[in-house]
Amino acid sequence: MRAVTWQGRHKISVETVPDPEIVNPRDAIIRVTSTAICGSDLHLYDGYIPGMRAGDIVGHEFMGEVVETGAASTLQRGQRVVVPFTISCGQCFFCEKQQYSACDNSNPSETRDASELMMGHAMGGAFGYAHLTGGYAGGQAEYVRIPYSDVGPVVIPDDLADDDVLFLSDILPTGWQAAVNADIEPGDTVAVWGCGPVGLFTIQSALLLGAGRVIAIDHFPTRLALAKKYGAEILDYTKVDVREALAEMTGGIGPDACIDCVGMESHGFTVDNILDQVKVKLLSSTERIHALRQAILACRKGGRLSIPGVYGGFADKFPLGQLMEKGLTVKSGQTHVQRYSGDLLEMIQAGKFDTVSLISHHASLEDAADMYRHWHDEQNLYTKIVLKPGLAKGAVSARQEMEHA
Amino acid sequence: MSRSKNDLPDPLILAAAGAGIAVLATGAALLQRRRHRESRGQEETIATDAPHWTLDKASSRALFGKSVLINRPRAELYAAWMPERFPEFMENVVAVDDLGDDVSQWTIRAPAGREVTLVNRITERVEDTSIYWQSTPVSDIANSGEVRFIDAPAGRGTYVSLILAYDPPAGKVGRFAAKLLQREPEVQARRDLHRFKQLMETGEVTTNASPSARGAESPTEPHI
Repeated sequence: MRAVTWQGRHKISVETVPDPEIVNPRDAIIRVTSTAICGSDLHLYDGYIPGMRAGDIVGHEFMGEVVETGAASTLQRGQRVVVPFTISCGQCFFCEKQQYSACDNSNPSETRDASELMMGHAMGGAFGYAHLTGGYAGGQAEYVRIPYSDVGPVVIPDDLADDDVLFLSDILPTGWQAAVNADIEPGDTVAVWGCGPVGLFTIQSALLLGAGRVIAIDHFPTRLALAKKYGAEILDYTKVDVREALAEMTGGIGPDACIDCVGMESHGFTVDNILDQVKVKLLSSTERIHALRQAILACRKGGRLSIPGVYGGFADKFPLGQLMEKGLTVKSGQTHVQRYSGDLLEMIQAGKFDTVSLISHHASLEDAADMYRHWHDEQNLYTKIVLKPGLAKGAVSARQEMEHA
Repeated sequence: MSRSKNDLPDPLILAAAGAGIAVLATGAALLQRRRHRESRGQEETIATDAPHWTLDKASSRALFGKSVLINRPRAELYAAWMPERFPEFMENVVAVDDLGDDVSQWTIRAPAGREVTLVNRITERVEDTSIYWQSTPVSDIANSGEVRFIDAPAGRGTYVSLILAYDPPAGKVGRFAAKLLQREPEVQARRDLHRFKQLMETGEVTTNASPSARGAESPTEPHI
């Protein structure tokens, strides 16, 4: 089969590799019909995630058709399913608590040692995301083996298109969990840093969960326009002092909840971020936490800080005293996708989410290398890329309004 | 060394007494532990409830111990820990043959494509609680140990502890070589314990077997 592989920093290639096979009774094999490139794939692309090996198949947002099932799988051939990016057994202590991304069985014994050494405890497994999370082949491929296929995959009714439901795999539940973790109370003001796909779903989720207003922060005009379309007030951080604007918009007290949808590769030309960039280049730090610092300083006293943004290790100049003195509550973590899948599918069917208008491009799986480059270099134009193994090479379609832009 | 009320007798003492065999290496381990206890008794000012295998620096321990939480009832796990089932979850155990009288012979993959044979006798069973074993003199590697099952609180299942003493093949060099090849008994024991957990909780041993663009790998074999 054909698959998108990581070959090194800024090196992505589409290769012919062996087809996956059923290995365990609970496995299923799916034929991928749609797979998206995630913002966190850029952390792999930029070489910031340890534990990648040349030749790894990437991709963790995907859906497709069941083509083969193991003896204990509950799926049936021909079913259309969306697959959560987190691999979860459903039966360990963590899965029973619905903390699916903390699954204690999905990271195999061969790979969990390194993960435990680095994090204190082994992380749960995930598709296409380095060997610290299990070393599983990813979904930017024609076929994928799905372990524990009786627990994760969400069966999709025929009347829903791929684009309607693909993001149930990661970014929709990630945005939803980000808002849930902000413990939003009716009428709250919620500030969201980053209007990438996760930020855009966080904005929609915060409003659905009762926020009075959402203030979104970014600098790419297209992404800010989408944020506005989904109901947020917007701040371009290149035009205003974000903390001053947030304070003045909230009578001086600051937002009730602040959500960092940026993560480890924060942009911006402030002194702290430039120092972070230098440290990362010198390999003395992995994180650029400018957005997170700003969120902590901006948040109201006794407020909530939710961190869906991905971080990989140790950070410098973390405002710990500010966090403590202001009495903030912090919630974070990889998404417990399986916990939210059913409810979110119903909400999509009820038309509560716009899951489609953030997609800027559809392209062939064969064009993945070009698409990674665009995704990395042209974040204003490329707001979400969906790869289709069925499309012919070079058959790229861009969204209507982008063509007018 | 202090002991809490529910602490079980030292596994090595029990194992040695039960078998009536003093294998040289584990005998030495036992002696070392006694010596530790004696010296500790004089210096001791603060009591500890830490498990005995966590005392001392890791590099100077004669024992290896590792615990996992398994979300299954204690009796079920105790019943499943039988030599006949070891090849299901012990990666390097190729075969286990029952020699009768609670003695079993294990064929184990060793570094450099060789095989070693362990001949172990189960010296004591405490129903639903613990199993002790001790190697016999014909065993290639002298070893002894205990697997212990304790109810976890709040219906979380069972804490399973594997406590192991062994004489590394060809001393420290052999141990280092085995570690490089990831066949070192402590690494192996830890991984096998996780495989036991996977098997008991999910019904299968987790594997990342999947394709890659690395020619040497098979899509049906696990990889690092």
